[in-house]
Amino acid sequence: MAAITMQNIVKQYGDGFPAVNDVSLDVQDGEFMILVGPSGCGKSTLLRMIVGLEDITSGEMRIGEKVVNQVAPRRRNLSMVFQNYALYPHLTVYENIAFPLRLAKKPGEEVDRRVRETADLLELTEHLERKPANLSGGQRQRVAMGRAIVRQADAFLFDEPLSNLDAKLRGQMRTEISRLQRRLGVTTVYVTHDQTEAMTLGDRVAVLRKGELQQVGSPRELYEQPVNLFVAGFIGSPSMNFLPAQVEGSRLLTPLGAFDTGALPSAGVAGDRTVVLVGIRPEDFEDASLVSAEKRAQGAVVRVRVDVTEWLGNEQYAYVPYEAPRDLAEQLRELSRELDSDQMRTQAVVALDAASLITAGDEVELWVNTAKMHVFDPATGENLTRDEERVAALGRQSDKARQAQRRAQRADAEPPAEPPAGPPTPG
Amino acid sequence: MESARSKWLWIVASALILVWSLFPILWIVMLSFKQPGEVGNKPGFLPDDWTWENYRTVFETDLFTSALVNSIGISLIATFVGVVFATLVAYAIARLEFPGKKLILSFALAIAMFPVVSLVGPLFNLWRDVGLYDTWPGLIIPYISFALPLAIWTLSAFFREIPWEMEQAAQVDGATTWQAFRKVIVPLAAPGVFTAAILTFFFCWNDFVFGISLTSSDRARPVPAALAFFTGESQFEQPATAICAAAVVVTIPVVVIVLLFQRRIVAGLTSGAVKG
Repeated sequence: MAAITMQNIVKQYGDGFPAVNDVSLDVQDGEFMILVGPSGCGKSTLLRMIVGLEDITSGEMRIGEKVVNQVAPRRRNLSMVFQNYALYPHLTVYENIAFPLRLAKKPGEEVDRRVRETADLLELTEHLERKPANLSGGQRQRVAMGRAIVRQADAFLFDEPLSNLDAKLRGQMRTEISRLQRRLGVTTVYVTHDQTEAMTLGDRVAVLRKGELQQVGSPRELYEQPVNLFVAGFIGSPSMNFLPAQVEGSRLLTPLGAFDTGALPSAGVAGDRTVVLVGIRPEDFEDASLVSAEKRAQGAVVRVRVDVTEWLGNEQYAYVPYEAPRDLAEQLRELSRELDSDQMRTQAVVALDAASLITAGDEVELWVNTAKMHVFDPATGENLTRDEERVAALGRQSDKARQAQRRAQRADAEPPAEPPAGPPTPG
Repeated sequence: MESARSKWLWIVASALILVWSLFPILWIVMLSFKQPGEVGNKPGFLPDDWTWENYRTVFETDLFTSALVNSIGISLIATFVGVVFATLVAYAIARLEFPGKKLILSFALAIAMFPVVSLVGPLFNLWRDVGLYDTWPGLIIPYISFALPLAIWTLSAFFREIPWEMEQAAQVDGATTWQAFRKVIVPLAAPGVFTAAILTFFFCWNDFVFGISLTSSDRARPVPAALAFFTGESQFEQPATAICAAAVVVTIPVVVIVLLFQRRIVAGLTSGAVKG
């Protein structure tokens, strides 16, 4: 097991296009790191540079203490699960899993023991003699995982391993991967474009955009304290609503209504800007008629016309179209295209309680939790309301959670080692 | 109704093609069982008097047996060397970027299109000067060079079909480039390698032009050339029946090889390599 350290990594292709641009990232020993971003953001290229299948144009890549820029993939002692699994079709499941051990010239009985252990772990024992062609998608995926974990690699690398599975299986395998990683405690880098995977699996998540690292942090930090418009729009589904706003003293005049910035941690966030973008997550809206008077006073109430509603049983989405100044509308359109969504019109998505009786076409009152509102600089996209104290607190919290969880897993892994069944000693 | 009708059409068409291609072979087989004196005297498709005489004659003639040994040896060696070369070249062409790649491919194509006969004269002179005339290598070398292009084209098409990830996975699993090639790529390309080998073997086995012009004795003369020197049992008789018997004998290996390996050739080994 080892930490992976990237320093100012650049990948430039022949035509000078930087697929990965000046990325510095620390993956700690035993950490589950997610690389996420829209298609073409360089996340897979970065992963392939870690494993050595892609040359590094400049920068330094370290695995453990060793600089590996010039080291061949086979000497890096990493294992990887490919998007299409890349199983060897001419070999049985057994031989597929045994392949890395055979190359390492391990003795026969050790190969056999470890392959059977791995197969047991992944519930592949009954399929060991079959060929990959005769397996289902989920089984193939497990064989690929088996091949990765059978040898004691320093780190696991996953390149969108679940993208070929159907939704239900994907959910199961996601839990399975998480359980496996916690159990083995091996440093893991996982590339995905699926935010559910990113949010649920990762100890930390790195968001990339056009080859540049935007933000690295715990899923909670990315969600609550995004550094800029891009991260704010990318993390969360449905994504954050961005409303253009005129600044008038401590009030922000948006197409939906006026919001007071008083509730925000940093007052006077707008500085001397006259126009800002206000970001509000769908769930920070609520049907005003369902909000208690006390809570109502803490936010703002706006009157809007609802265009379309979608009732999903556990919650309900309402779409509220609004007019935006031309240049800002263009900018928002650009952003949504970059986030792979290409939203046609400027509209706010609002998540309401399922009990709400709002229907399409109604003129309704919505309550907005202005304390959770974000304010962005429209020119740079920078988040002006990011609370560094809160970020630090979140960081400490996730570190603590991770340590606690590692302790639990260590205790789990070797229970018979300590005969007295006393409470686990802290530290 | 429609499908039953088209089925019948298919059957009739297949039967026609079968007759068209098998009739000459059957004719040769029938001729090979006739008495040497029967040809030209008694008309009829079936032999009047079935006999193994011609086969006995063929195998008792030194001319034929030595030619058979030459043919088998030369074809096998040329096939082996040619396929090993072609596999390496095709792999490089399919996988690596290097200057002159286009040039190699177009040269290979040009050689494949080159009229063989035009090279016979120069080769004859050259081989006599360097002492390769009437030797095994003297035939093996031109066979390899003319069989290579086809083998390279076939194999590089097969290699291109194999997903890159296979090899990358092998490298990550700890294989050197050579190990990845030998343990993953070659087994996956096995149907392609077999196809190339069989095509090369047939090319060498069936060749007549080089066989007759670059040899002068039993030392290296292959069967197709030897057949032309056949005289039969006595010089007063037409050797047609004996030649037919020899022709049947040299056709058998070809048929056996095709029957043995047709499943290998057709087998889609790569199915299931990726998600599917």
